[in-house]
Amino acid sequence: MTRKAKRLYSIGAILLVIGAAAGLVLTALSDSIAYFHSPTDVVEKMPGPGQRIRLGGLVEEGSVVRDGSTHVTFKITDSIESVPVTYTGILPDLFREGQGVVAEGMLAPDRVFQADTVLAKHDETYMPKEVVDDLKARGLWEDGKGMVKKTGSSPEDAVSATDAGGAGS
Amino acid sequence: MIVELGHFALILALSVAIIQSTLPLVGARGGDQRLMEIGSIGATGGFVLLAVAFSALTAAYVTSDFSVLNVFENSHSAKPMLFKVTGVWGNHEGSMLLWVLILAFFGALVALFGRDLPATLKANVLAVQGWILTAFLLFILFTSNPFTRLDPAPMEGQDLNPILQDVGLAIHPPLLYLGYVGFSIAFSFAVAALIDGRIDAAWARWVRPWTLVAWVFLTLGIAMGSYWAYYELGWGGWWFWDPVENASFMPWLAGTALLHSALVMEKRSALKIWTILLAILTFSLSLLGTFLVRSGVLTSVHAFATDPARGVFILVILCLFIGGALALFAWRASELEGGGLFAPISREGALVFNNLFLTTAAATVLVGTLYPLLLEVLTGEKISVGAPFFDLTFGPLMVPLLLAVPFGPLLGWKRGDLLAAGQRLYFAAGVALAAMILGLAFTGGTRVLAAFGFALAFWLIAGSLTDLFVRASFFKAGWRKGWARLTGLPRSAFGTALAHFGLGITVLGVITVSSFETETVTTMRPGDTVEAGGYTLHFDGASRRAGPNYEEQVGTFTIRDGGVAVAETESAKRFYPARQMPTTEAGIWTTWFSQLYVSLGDPSADGQSIVVRIWWKPLVTLIWIGSVFMALGGTVSLADRRLRVGAPTRSRGQARDRVAAGA
Repeated sequence: MTRKAKRLYSIGAILLVIGAAAGLVLTALSDSIAYFHSPTDVVEKMPGPGQRIRLGGLVEEGSVVRDGSTHVTFKITDSIESVPVTYTGILPDLFREGQGVVAEGMLAPDRVFQADTVLAKHDETYMPKEVVDDLKARGLWEDGKGMVKKTGSSPEDAVSATDAGGAGS
Repeated sequence: MIVELGHFALILALSVAIIQSTLPLVGARGGDQRLMEIGSIGATGGFVLLAVAFSALTAAYVTSDFSVLNVFENSHSAKPMLFKVTGVWGNHEGSMLLWVLILAFFGALVALFGRDLPATLKANVLAVQGWILTAFLLFILFTSNPFTRLDPAPMEGQDLNPILQDVGLAIHPPLLYLGYVGFSIAFSFAVAALIDGRIDAAWARWVRPWTLVAWVFLTLGIAMGSYWAYYELGWGGWWFWDPVENASFMPWLAGTALLHSALVMEKRSALKIWTILLAILTFSLSLLGTFLVRSGVLTSVHAFATDPARGVFILVILCLFIGGALALFAWRASELEGGGLFAPISREGALVFNNLFLTTAAATVLVGTLYPLLLEVLTGEKISVGAPFFDLTFGPLMVPLLLAVPFGPLLGWKRGDLLAAGQRLYFAAGVALAAMILGLAFTGGTRVLAAFGFALAFWLIAGSLTDLFVRASFFKAGWRKGWARLTGLPRSAFGTALAHFGLGITVLGVITVSSFETETVTTMRPGDTVEAGGYTLHFDGASRRAGPNYEEQVGTFTIRDGGVAVAETESAKRFYPARQMPTTEAGIWTTWFSQLYVSLGDPSADGQSIVVRIWWKPLVTLIWIGSVFMALGGTVSLADRRLRVGAPTRSRGQARDRVAAGA
């Protein structure tokens, strides 16, 4: 084999590996990623059952119900819409009513969100970044101030907004 | 007073770094010996100044001087002494100070041990180190000054994030930084070679040990971080493919590739240009990691207070150094002479194979880490890329690489014999096959992937030992002679075998725990029992206790094996009043290499029972034990006479001859 042919073969082999890797990456990106949705997104867009999503917002005040064992139901709200969530397992240390939370899982046909992972982060002042961005976009959050109280919405929303204001700054 | 002294030393270190980054460069161009010498003096002096600054901050922490903003925000007078000291780097400003201290430390090492380096190379290397130091000192002084005062001084501090109040903080960040920052030496050498337009075997002889040192620390740092997250977070996971973990894993992958390509360059003076590029890329990934973790683009336990100005500043540093180095590479690389030729089937070929797969794997991790950020900037869509993505991309890329590992050391340089190497690996293949069959038999043929994983792990373990066996030629020479030969082998041979052995051990741990772990979540009352991993866990009861700066609810469990109590373990939920924050302290019982992991959840409404999460983690400790073997292999390699720092003095004449013969 001439030197040139050898070089061509090596380049071919290298391209093959990189191509295979690129193929894997593209397949994985189309199949195994989860899009972030706020409760309003979920109600408006209604992602189909079987599609993995991340649902983020605040844990609605008074919505957490533990049925005595390891099964928990609660609602995630962005103070406009709220979505019921069910989860089995131990909730993170910082899971509290009125606090920011991100749940990962799928929407069941009965529109209850089946979470297999619930994330609340490591810090008491923590608000998941996606949640903050989403609230900001709706004018419900201001940097340095936290939640902005919104008039004219249901009383339930006002409660959650006030309480989160102290925690989220 | 001490604080001002530290602040002053920090500013002085910046001036010294600016001098270090310019004058030696001028000296190297004009051949001025005295100007070049300034590099060494500056590097040593800068390290001393930064050590003073760091000590001053430590002193402020130890004495709980809350007139310093940084101490107020991250310390508490009731905090145990160990955490007062480690708290110095348990925050953004302090950890950046540790970062530059270690950077200066490596610069000082080059200045001290580099007496035998060609003067111009040394001057250029130290100047490049000076650039990095200058950039990061500017960053600290302008955006993250740890010495900012607070007036009036508060009476009490806000305490350190409770999750960080653990011995892990004493070990994980320093080790990780020694690794991250250690790659700056390889980077500086690469850029210096490009400035010089010259690269010889002496260059590779220098770069390899430094890369090895950094790699050993990074390996231990990542393993330690993984174990810390495992026992501290209470989720029982040892790797989450979290962007911050990826930020440390990418330099590790690139650094591992660099380690192997530098070997080719040193022995055969081939792959020069590639090695230079890899040295630049490895440190660039370290810088990228620093950016990701420190800029606040990611939210994690590592991203302390976030400030947009910092992110922009680090991004500028990142672009300047990566862009500058790559531009220099594009401009000068063609002037470097190519090296020795080799057949595709050869030791060199095997190492190229290794490099190809490791860098591709690093690239997939990079895509998975940056894609969500890019997508959000470009389209505003928010996605999360998690374990499923990496399992699908990183996993398949590792399989051919791991299969090839045992072949590498058995192939000859320049032209190897794949068939002969294969014949020597019959035994290893037999072991792997046996592991596969046993795996299938025990699971009733249901876990094909796990069985294949076992085969892979044992293939690596047996294959790494085969290399030593073959080299000592036990069969041909007999046991006694073989033993003499084995002990006479160069340490680097043992290093390779140990590191590859460790890799096999880690793979075994990963495969076993991900295929056979069991998880039980249940509500328990005192007296209840749960089965896990063949043991019985008995809940004895819960009680309340007070710690120095927290209070905790402790659950006590007795572990029984066939009715006989073998151990007790405690699992707790702590509450830290200063930060109003709870943490979970998992109860972990180790038996052989497996662990029983007990984590407490919330008590039920009536207070009578509590939610408990129990994992059986078979062979989980092998994941970290294997990493320790890898690091040990690196250390043994480092002790090889050929690479020992200072060895060039003794063998310089010999080395020159060898280079002359090879060229």
